[in-house]
Amino acid sequence: MSALAVELGCVAALLATAVIGVAAARTPRLGRVSVYGLAAIVCTIALVSAAGALLRQEPPAEIVLPLGLPWLGSHFSLDPLSAFFLVVVDLGGALASLYALGYGRHEHAPQRVLPFYPAFLAGMNLVVLAADAFSFLLSWEFMSLASWALVMAHHREAANRRAGYVYLLMASFGTLMLLLAFGLLAGTAGDYGFAAIRLAPHAPWIATLVLLLMLLGAGSKAGLVPLHVWLPLAHPAAPSQVSALMSGVMTKVAIYGFIRVVFDLLGQPDWSTSGIVLLFGGITAPIGILYALMEKDLKRLLAYSTIENVGIIFVSLGLALAFQANDEKLPAALAFTAKLFHVFNHSLFKSLLFFGAGAVLSATGERDMDKLGGLIHRMPVTSVVFLVGSIAISALPPFNGFVSEWLIFQAVLQSPQLPQWGLKILVPAVGALMALAAALAAACFVKAYGITFLGRPRGPATSKAHEVDRFSLAAMIIPAALCLFAGVLPGLVMDALAPIASDLLGNRLAPQSPLAWLSIVPLAESKGSYNGLLVAAFIIVSASLSYVAIRLLATGSVRRGPAWGCGFTDPVPLAQYSAAGFAQPIRRVFGTLVFRARDRVTMPPPGDIAPARLRIELHDQVWERIYAPLANGIVGTAVRLNRMQLLTIRGYLSLVFVTLVTLLLVLAIWT
Amino acid sequence: MDVITDIAVQGVQMLLVFALAPLLTGFVRKIKARLQRRRGPSLLQPYRDLIRLLRKDVVLADNASWLFRAVPYVTFAAIWVAAALVPTFATGLLFNWAADLIVIVALLGTARFFLALAGMDVGTSFGGIGSSREVMIAALAEPAMLMIVFCVALVVGSTHLSTVADHIASTEVGLRVSLGLAMIALVIVALAENARIPVDNPSTHLELTMVHEAMILEYSGRHLALIEFGAQLKLLLYVSLIICLFYPWGIGVFGAGPAAYLAGAALYLVKLTTAGFLLAVFETATAKMRVFRVPQFLGAALMLGLLGTLLLFVSKGL
Repeated sequence: MSALAVELGCVAALLATAVIGVAAARTPRLGRVSVYGLAAIVCTIALVSAAGALLRQEPPAEIVLPLGLPWLGSHFSLDPLSAFFLVVVDLGGALASLYALGYGRHEHAPQRVLPFYPAFLAGMNLVVLAADAFSFLLSWEFMSLASWALVMAHHREAANRRAGYVYLLMASFGTLMLLLAFGLLAGTAGDYGFAAIRLAPHAPWIATLVLLLMLLGAGSKAGLVPLHVWLPLAHPAAPSQVSALMSGVMTKVAIYGFIRVVFDLLGQPDWSTSGIVLLFGGITAPIGILYALMEKDLKRLLAYSTIENVGIIFVSLGLALAFQANDEKLPAALAFTAKLFHVFNHSLFKSLLFFGAGAVLSATGERDMDKLGGLIHRMPVTSVVFLVGSIAISALPPFNGFVSEWLIFQAVLQSPQLPQWGLKILVPAVGALMALAAALAAACFVKAYGITFLGRPRGPATSKAHEVDRFSLAAMIIPAALCLFAGVLPGLVMDALAPIASDLLGNRLAPQSPLAWLSIVPLAESKGSYNGLLVAAFIIVSASLSYVAIRLLATGSVRRGPAWGCGFTDPVPLAQYSAAGFAQPIRRVFGTLVFRARDRVTMPPPGDIAPARLRIELHDQVWERIYAPLANGIVGTAVRLNRMQLLTIRGYLSLVFVTLVTLLLVLAIWT
Repeated sequence: MDVITDIAVQGVQMLLVFALAPLLTGFVRKIKARLQRRRGPSLLQPYRDLIRLLRKDVVLADNASWLFRAVPYVTFAAIWVAAALVPTFATGLLFNWAADLIVIVALLGTARFFLALAGMDVGTSFGGIGSSREVMIAALAEPAMLMIVFCVALVVGSTHLSTVADHIASTEVGLRVSLGLAMIALVIVALAENARIPVDNPSTHLELTMVHEAMILEYSGRHLALIEFGAQLKLLLYVSLIICLFYPWGIGVFGAGPAAYLAGAALYLVKLTTAGFLLAVFETATAKMRVFRVPQFLGAALMLGLLGTLLLFVSKGL
């Protein structure tokens, strides 16, 4: 049986699991075990088959099912690009299902989660498999609606209802943009199959317009600034395994849509469009992580950090476009591979971190970091894997996040080869923005880890916390191990990704795995090389050397005592640094510009026993300057149009008359 | 046989930075003392301090976790590896190919990440203030560092330190305005990263202005020794980096034989002494700035790096 048939079978099995979910939701335990267990098994089968297709470099296959539009049918295909994204989707799906086997126990409304969860997984798989515009849009909407239902799972909280509403609006907007983009692509002939679109010639202005529409449509799903507003509301509102899927996987499906259309269906792009993509990505990365730094809700912090990573991915997409437009095939392949690598990495560590946040939530009942602290003593395993995820997402060696960012920097360094002045200047500037984002990400995760897991407990919630169940732990340990594996042996991952670049761009990086010492040399050895294995081994060897030396030279004795703190011990744990306090220097340096941040201190007069208060003012400029005026405008127009409903019969008749005359006039002038 | 020589040379490099780091710190302190008309401690004082710290007990705070005890080893290892990867007396060392300049910067980032976490572990206000300021300074220094890397890579076409040193030491590069700008930027970044005046004061205590010292306030005994040693290594690393990128003349070319290596080592010591002297003079002549002046100081480094890069686009000869 071909891999494509297996994948479609898995989708059908997931849809069947959704039906089981409806039936079994009344008995929570049975429902949980059957739905998540089945989903985990089906996702693992789909994962193995997709990974096999990718590694064996199977030729693209296509199946037409007699569903959907009668004259079109439903086309599904499996090529290296979709195989890779299936790996991302199903790896995330399998891990989330495994996690939910244990975590789902804390769900108080299982009937609102169990039916939609497998449907959501099926939708994401279908988007990646779809090979005509109709089934693509249909599965895209199915994915959006299923995830919307999951966001609304805890709909009794007002914040979640608002999140669902904003999400629904933005998802419809995004699909509208995709609809227009596919309409332009299909042209007047109206052939919606991807194969036909790929062969048809596209006028340059249509190609540019389609790219912009895709940037709006896929970008709104992926969380590109300023289309990101729904993301930090919706992702944390869902149960944690769904948050992990939405952040780690669904944003990747959006990126898949962008790649499919722009790199596969459109053909050679114009260089100026790559500048737009670069600019959007370059702005998104630091802004996203600055939002995350201002946050004290752990899950929202992670959601904002997703926005940063989407920015990084779009930067490398823009780089690949820029090189491709100038026929620089090898740097284009480098940027493209770097981006796929980062897609894979982000799906791993973001799932891991959301699982960790879920574990903290189930152990303490808190998402507010300012009420946590000291969990490293109570949750030893979770604290280790969360630390691994934090290092990986901060792009620090020897973990995987560093490798993909290193590859992107290597691509940035090739920008002098570009002939256009605009790009020559833009690319280094975007590189500096990416370095800023990477440093801020490290700051953000020092804060997230330091406030949540280190220090003294800030509230009663943490003192009763205990380690989570085995399923959740296994689901966190696997991605942590994969993060280390991909960081230490990046050459293997890059080789697996190479056929995708050669398929879409016409060139690939040289094979990496035969190189000595398992180094990676993306372009040429004189230009730059990295060896994760040696660096990791080096660190381990020198750490153990210093440990042994210290053991031999120094006294091994340890005394415990109260904290020194320069003699100034503060007995109240609340006097520790808080999330807002930790971010204060960065808020003051960057926040004054980005958020018009201001700290106001109200100090009571001497003798008054009222407490002094510190108020932090932050303005979400995107919301206040774009969305709020837009919403006000729509409401204002609606109110004004409302008067039309209360006209007299003469009023209505004259309205009809005026409209008729106007239309006739227009027609007369037109023809 | 070649592999054995390679490993031997790499080993010598690792031991060299290991042995020289406290000496450089001692030298800077001595010159500073002389400039302030003090006699100053002996050049060997940093070694004695380290040995003294090794002999002392470790006093751990009651709620310090395993992370707090692991961090000194991890940060020290990361800094040591990074320092071993910067060519000092010879290029083309075995492990130079394992990592380029970006990796070295990122390794230092790993060390800082862990140190900042350790600052938060005990849960005192001083630790928090140190960590939060350290990450703020890092967020400003890293983009500037990348622009410097970019500028150098544009001239040389590589991020490999060995290639860069070989290329700049050859006659074909000559004097470049953009490299000069990048060098000033790197000096600024190095001052900030090593917690030197005017960004931070390495000899301060009990002040709200301290950054690095506040972060490591809870450390004692052998842990503190490792952290102090790491800081000294980091200073040596940055000085070696500046030498390697901008003054590599006389460095032993790979495979040149023991005589060239010895000459390279002697010249390296001379350069190190000069750099240490200049650092001491600079630190004596300037005052520490307020924490929130640092963004402007490091912003200048970023702008210099950007300017150097743009100059290269205007003319390959500048």
